[in-house]
This record gives sequence, C-alpha cells and structure tokens, in this order.
Amino acid sequence: MSEGRIPGIDDGTGATGVSTTQVTKDTPLDPATYAELEEIAARYPQARSGLLPMLHLVQSVEGRVTSRGIEACAAILGISAAEVSGVATFYTMYKRRLVGDYHVGVCTNTLCAIMGGDQIFERLKDHLDIGNDETTEDGKVTLEHVECNAACDFAPVMTVNWEFMDNMTPESATQLVDDLRSGTEVHSTRGPRLVTWREAERVLAGFPDHLADEGPSAGPASLVGLNIARTQGWTAPPVKETRKSSRAAAVAEGSTTEGKSKGSHEAKHTQAAAEVEASGAEAKHEDNPANTGGDDK
Amino acid sequence: MTDVLTPVLTDNWGTDRSWTLAAYEDQGGYAGLRKALAMTPAEIVDAVKASNLRGRGGAGFPTGMKWGFIPQDNPKPKYLVVNADESEPGTCKDVPLMMATPHTLVEGVIISSYAIRAGTAFIYVRGEVLHVIRRLHRAVEEAYLAGHLGKDIHGSGYDLDLIVHAGAGAYICGEETALLDSLEGRRGQPRLRPPFPAVAGLYASPTVINNVESIASVPSIIDRGAEWFADMGTEKSKGYGIFSLSGHVTNPGQFEAPLGITLRKLIELAGGMREGHELKFWTPGGSSTPILTAEHLDIPLDFEAVGEAGSMLGTRALQIFDETTCVVRAVLRWTEFYKHESCGKCTPCREGTWWLAQTLANLEQGRGAESDVDLLDDVCDNIFGRSFCALADGAVSPITSSIQYFREEYLAHLTHGGCPFDRNASTIFAKVEANA
Repeated sequence: MSEGRIPGIDDGTGATGVSTTQVTKDTPLDPATYAELEEIAARYPQARSGLLPMLHLVQSVEGRVTSRGIEACAAILGISAAEVSGVATFYTMYKRRLVGDYHVGVCTNTLCAIMGGDQIFERLKDHLDIGNDETTEDGKVTLEHVECNAACDFAPVMTVNWEFMDNMTPESATQLVDDLRSGTEVHSTRGPRLVTWREAERVLAGFPDHLADEGPSAGPASLVGLNIARTQGWTAPPVKETRKSSRAAAVAEGSTTEGKSKGSHEAKHTQAAAEVEASGAEAKHEDNPANTGGDDK
Repeated sequence: MTDVLTPVLTDNWGTDRSWTLAAYEDQGGYAGLRKALAMTPAEIVDAVKASNLRGRGGAGFPTGMKWGFIPQDNPKPKYLVVNADESEPGTCKDVPLMMATPHTLVEGVIISSYAIRAGTAFIYVRGEVLHVIRRLHRAVEEAYLAGHLGKDIHGSGYDLDLIVHAGAGAYICGEETALLDSLEGRRGQPRLRPPFPAVAGLYASPTVINNVESIASVPSIIDRGAEWFADMGTEKSKGYGIFSLSGHVTNPGQFEAPLGITLRKLIELAGGMREGHELKFWTPGGSSTPILTAEHLDIPLDFEAVGEAGSMLGTRALQIFDETTCVVRAVLRWTEFYKHESCGKCTPCREGTWWLAQTLANLEQGRGAESDVDLLDDVCDNIFGRSFCALADGAVSPITSSIQYFREEYLAHLTHGGCPFDRNASTIFAKVEANA
C-alpha cells in the first residue's frame, strides 16, 4: 500500500497533500475533464466502480491527485471527499506530489534486487542526485523503487511510465534516464515509444491512445520454451476421436514442424467439431476415463 | 507419451501481430466460442468439471466446481471477474499471455460468462503494465466489432459486456475479495467469508473470480475436449500450465508443460544453472510458497507432490537462486514487501510484518542474538492462520522455510558481524563489473 496506511494522518501536510481537511481555494476542474469523469462512472453497473480509473484521469490532467480532483470524484459519485481520499491514499500508483514527465521505476523486490536491481537503484539515485520518490529539478524524471512487476524472466527490470525496460544494467539505466532528460526518443523493450506519465495515466483511465499495435508480441524470454518445443517437434497431444483413432495418430506423427502443426490445428478443429455433432453433450462426461464425477472432490 | 513441453496458451506467442483478432482467428481462435454457443451453459460447466481444470492463480481450486456454486435461482445479475492483478513476486505468466494473445483470454471470458450466465464481465488488470492494458482494450474493441461481445452474440440471444479495469498498485487486490472491494471503488481489503463470492460477490451478487490462465484455458477445453485436457498432467493435477523460470539459470523464460514436470527438467531446458554455479534455493510458486532446495529437484511439480514436500505449487513461479545469494537478504526483501503490502485490516499481519522486518533487518546486519532466530519463528507462528486472507500466511512462508533449511546462515551473519556475501557476485552483470 502507500506509505500512508491511515488516511488523513500523514497526507495533509501542506499544499501537495490530498487531504480534504485542508481548505483549498483551487478553481474547479475544467468542464471537459469533469465530463470525462462522469463518462468513466457511467461505464459501470454501479458508478462508484469507476473511482480508480477516475483517479487515474485526475492524475493525467493534474499531474497528481489534487484536492479539486477528489472533490470532483466525490461530487460525481455522491460520496464524501473523505471516502475518495481514503481510496486515493491506499494505492501506490496515486501520487500526492507532482510526478515528472517520466516515472522511472526500478524493481527491488528480491529476484530483481539480487540480479542487480539494488545496484541499478543506487546508481540512479547517485546519477540523478535524488532519493526515492523524488523528482529531478528539471521536472523530467521521478525515481521510485517498485515491487515485482511480473517480468522476472527479464530481470533486472525497470519501468518507465509503467512500460517494461528489460534486462537492465547500471550502465543502460543511466543511459536511459539521460535519454529521457535530453528528449531522445526511447522505446520500451516490449512496447511502443514512451509516452509521458500523464498520457499513460489517461490510458489507465480507460481512454486508449492507439499504440496497441506497436512493439513485439513477446520478448525473447517469453519465447524460450516455445522455441525449444518447435525445435524438438514437441506439441500438445492431438485430439483423439476414440482410443483407436488412426486419424488422430496420423495427426500426431505429422505435427513435428511448425508448418505441419498449423495443419494439425485445422484437423483437430474439424475433427472435434464432428465429434461434438456426433455425440452431443454426453461426450463431455464419457470421454474422460479419469473423471469419477466432478462433484465428489 | 505426452511431449515434454505442450504449447497451447503459448503456442501463438511467436506469431506476427499475434495480439490481433486476425492472427488469433487464423490459428483457430474463437472456434471454442462457436462450439460453446451450441451447447447449454450447464454442458460447459460439466465439461470444465470433467477436465479437472484447477485454478491457475495459486490455490488450485477446481474451476468447474467454483462455477457450479453460482446459485442460478438467485434473481440478481451474475458476474465474471478475471483476476489479472498478477503481483505475486516471481509470477510472470499472465502478463506475457495478455500481451501476446489477449484474445485467448477474451474468448475464455465469453465462454465462461455464458456458462455461469453472466451479463457483465470484468478483467481487473494491475495498473503497472501499460502496454498489456492497451492490448486488452484493443482486443475487447475488436471482439465487439466482430460480434463476439455485445448484444445477441452470433444470434445466440446471449448478451455480454466486458470491461477492462485498471488497478492502481496494490498486491492485496490479487486476493479475490479485496479485488472485489477495489472493483467497487473502495480500499482493497479482504472480506470476511462466508458469504463466499459465488453467493454474494461483486455488488453482493453471485460472482465467479478466476485467474487469467484458468480462463484462458477454457477455450482449449471446449474446443478440443475435456478428455484431451485431462490426458495431460498427473493423477489429480490435470492439464498443462505455464512454468516461469527466473533468476540464476542460463535462459530464464516461460515453459508450458503438463503439470508434474520436475525442476531438474526445467532447469535443463533453461540451459542449466548459469555457468560455474549451483542451485541453492528456489520458490515453486512465488514468494508466498515456502522455499525448497536442491534436494527437491526431482519432485513432480503438481499440487500434491509440492504440498507433500512442505510447500505449494502456487503460480509455478520458479525463482532460482544460486550459491552467491544470501538467503537472509532474500527473505528480508520479501518481508519488506509483505510489510508494505499488508492492507492493515488484521492486527497480526499489520503489526507482525513490521516486527518481522525489523528483527530480520537486525540479523542481516549482524546485530542481535541467536535467540532472535527463535523469536522470528515464534512471531511467524503467531501470525500464521490468524488473518482474514492468505497474505499473512504467505509472509511467514519464506521466513520459516529459510530458517528450516539455512539456520546456520542466519547465525553466520552474527558471527561475521554482517552479511558474509558479496552482493555483486549474485548480479547478472557480475562478470561485466569485474572486467570493468
């Protein structure tokens, strides 16, 4: 969770806080943003489900969760500002201080830390002359150590605005932040050219930016097992019509290359379709010799 | 004899533009949906029961049975919620799946929703994976345009809406009832059970919550049959699963195999341990599953055998550490993670994880006494089983298991006056640094 485990206790210290107890003289959010917040709430069977994406939208416009953003969410959802604040302080991605153009995350959970994440984080703090959760003076880079980001086979992992930067070293990390600060175009190792943090937050709010088609299908590590299977001719078993089906055996023998296995897909589909038509729903039970009646476990 | 690796979910990850509807359908995608719509919902539930598919999010609960708990006589709307909050340290299978083939998940959502008669489904995806979210948005958009989602899907009379919902950074939201609170726009804190989500879940309505990989497995079961699925795996752990190897192996990555493959075989496929090093300890299914050692290389990685070895299969997140790794440092870092992610609802977890982190940090720096190791064990004993959800149980797993196997290493920190390991030796760029 965020450092502030108790809402309203540690988040009301000054102008950057999200506490709603502070008196603000902010002007309200602009009407266009307000309308988009309402649009998010309307996506859900119950409007309050929209609160997390609504707070993402507030961040995309404001650069952080602001009091007037909280007030707007509360007004739209018909709940108190304190309730919205309670939610905003619970989640790590919601920020109470202005975030730079590029939120740079370094995974320092165990696996990445041991593979070098600790050294990378130390190097970046030194190189940027800032601490954890701080922003460079030019407003470009906010540095934060992050928890496991589900990319452990690419360790050590970094993120920029929640895009993957895989297999990093202290050298590639310093190069990365230098490029970000100088305005050089940077691409995610498994994604598109990097957008700004505010633009990223807008996508998280559910407003797509049409970059889905950039980047690869998968990174190299994701394909290690698949490539071995292709080389070895290993596949999932063929679909058997019956125990003594010669057709299924023929498919199995033929499915040793990528090209042929595509063919076998079609055969499987055709065959399975015929099977369903021929035998109806009963096949789902009887075909499984190991099934002792799914309900008795 | 089944092949060593059995790519099903990963089978089209290498295809050009694999995330698009066109590429997915070129490889037979949405065939399962067409078959499903010709079946009754009850027949689909029966097929998934017959396949013996068990939940792929860690707990291994039978998926079909979970669906069977939905009271169809309840007049409230039914909901399907996909748990795509993949955050368990070491777990990295759902994110590449959704990145490469989001339509596998979307097809699974449609079939599964039809089976439980849900009119609205959600994919709750963690917010920290931006490009995955883009691909999910795009896949859902394409599925609507193709008539796979929306009103009267392919003339079946069945309506379904699917909403992609981004979280905001909270490990606890991977716990299914905390996820529901979060999806309702609240702080993500677990709920007391009963009532279970099947009876009173999202908006107090009947709700099924399944992991990404579980739901993504459904199209293959419907398309190729329950028997085909159950022919893979071991006696009580059927089918295939994605095994994620990370850490000190030569080629970390994803390996889709029948349940029951051994770590010895997986390390061999990953090119062995990194050159010149040997296995020290590993997690079978994320940091919440007790660590194991080289003596466990040959246990079949299924729910039963890993359980008998004193751990859990979990999410098949195999984090591999060699002899350069300090186990105390590793465990301390995990403990700091649990401390940070404890939602604060239950006292044993909220307070206990803070004490554990402090005691461990002292030990790691060579301060404290031998009795602190026993104190850790005692605190763990008082946390385990005393909280609403499994986060606290997961938090103590690495501590108790590491003391069990590496007690001497804890004590070595005291005699050495600090950590006896060289942190640089465990990094992937250790050689680079040495030459520099």
